[in-house]
Amino acid sequence: MLTKRIVPCLDIKNGRTVKGVNFVNLIDAGDPVVLAKQYADLGADELVFLDIAATLENRGTTLDMVLKVAEQVNIPFTVGGGISSVEHVDKLLKCGADKVSINSSAVKRPELVNELAEKFGSQCVVVAIDAKQIDGEWFVHLAGGTIPTDIKLFDWAQEVEQRGAGEILFTSMNHDGTKAGFANEALAKLSTDLNIPIIASGGAGTIQHFVDTFKEGKSDAALAASVFHFGEIPILELKKELKKKNISVRI
Amino acid sequence: MKLVIIDYGAGNIKSIQFAFKRLGIDAVLSNNIDKIKAADKVIFPGVGEASSAMKMLIESGLDKLIPTLKQPVLGICLGMQLMCNSSEEGKTKGLGIFNVDVKKFSKAVKVPQMGWNVIYNLESQLFSGIKEREFMYLVHSFYAESCAEAIATTDYEIEYASALQKDNFYGTQFHPEKSGVAGEQILKNFLNL
Repeated sequence: MLTKRIVPCLDIKNGRTVKGVNFVNLIDAGDPVVLAKQYADLGADELVFLDIAATLENRGTTLDMVLKVAEQVNIPFTVGGGISSVEHVDKLLKCGADKVSINSSAVKRPELVNELAEKFGSQCVVVAIDAKQIDGEWFVHLAGGTIPTDIKLFDWAQEVEQRGAGEILFTSMNHDGTKAGFANEALAKLSTDLNIPIIASGGAGTIQHFVDTFKEGKSDAALAASVFHFGEIPILELKKELKKKNISVRI
Repeated sequence: MKLVIIDYGAGNIKSIQFAFKRLGIDAVLSNNIDKIKAADKVIFPGVGEASSAMKMLIESGLDKLIPTLKQPVLGICLGMQLMCNSSEEGKTKGLGIFNVDVKKFSKAVKVPQMGWNVIYNLESQLFSGIKEREFMYLVHSFYAESCAEAIATTDYEIEYASALQKDNFYGTQFHPEKSGVAGEQILKNFLNL
């Protein structure tokens, strides 16, 4: 049986790991390569690196980091942040990234999803969606959640699936940084509406939150950062608990 | 040990090269027919779309070469699928090494299958030291049907062949290079064949 995935997310700024709380107030949490290797050894199923301060100038630094991670880590990883062209993706994949995650650039130019899926295959195209629930309706936000749009979450998710996305990484802006649980209602709707895997992001605080997002949220994978980086939830303990609750995990 | 990873423009081969580097082997990337012929072991990778990958193989003459190789050859993911008779993906013919067809998962399950699943019914030296129901990392929308040449089985929608072997040809649907310590053991076993 295909197992549910536990995915630590490493936010990267200038080649270092940071964690945003509600996307501001950054705290340094270590060297990405060391952390990545440690997570692979501790039982993480895959990793996400998010370059939160990606610019054209520091692109080389990120590629360098991707290369170092690929050299040392024996589990799959995704790279996201500031990716807007086929050429850039080509470089990231050639450095050893398994998947790339695109967000704002897909909203600005949805054809990018088609282009990436056609050139590299859907399996390496993750579309990240940051959304906020406003008066009961979920709206897509851009640029790390700072710019609201009038695009509705569920419409956008279906569109990117049709365009060839292989996976969706959904972050609820309402839940991110709160440690009060994932946006399971929206996640369950995404998982039912769509036929590609959904990664839950935003709100992890306790082991029970992971149980809930796999059971109620029907998520295929759950992503978190600070609860893992600061050792609040050890991955092995988390997986043991999930298994006890009859959730299929790699352990 | 001369290990060649066939570089025909399909997919992420860097991670395979790095995985062997972690095992102390410097693999050469090449599409040169003589270099491939002279290798002790050959890796046939592949990520992407089957019919366009097949086209690239035909353009470089590798479609004729690969089935004639005598040394151990390991096809990974799309590489394994291309070693089969045919694929529903782009309705393409394959290299016909494995006598099985490649089909698409139905909409009854999420496609692609993405993540860690178990392999069982292990029947090959390739899996020496690997326990039944070990976890492997898989990313795929198409699968080889269960068949006589299956050396490992996985369940997703149905029971399918997640690894194949015929003579010196081996194929894994999963990515040993991304499957942690157990995956590295499979690569080691391949080197020791």
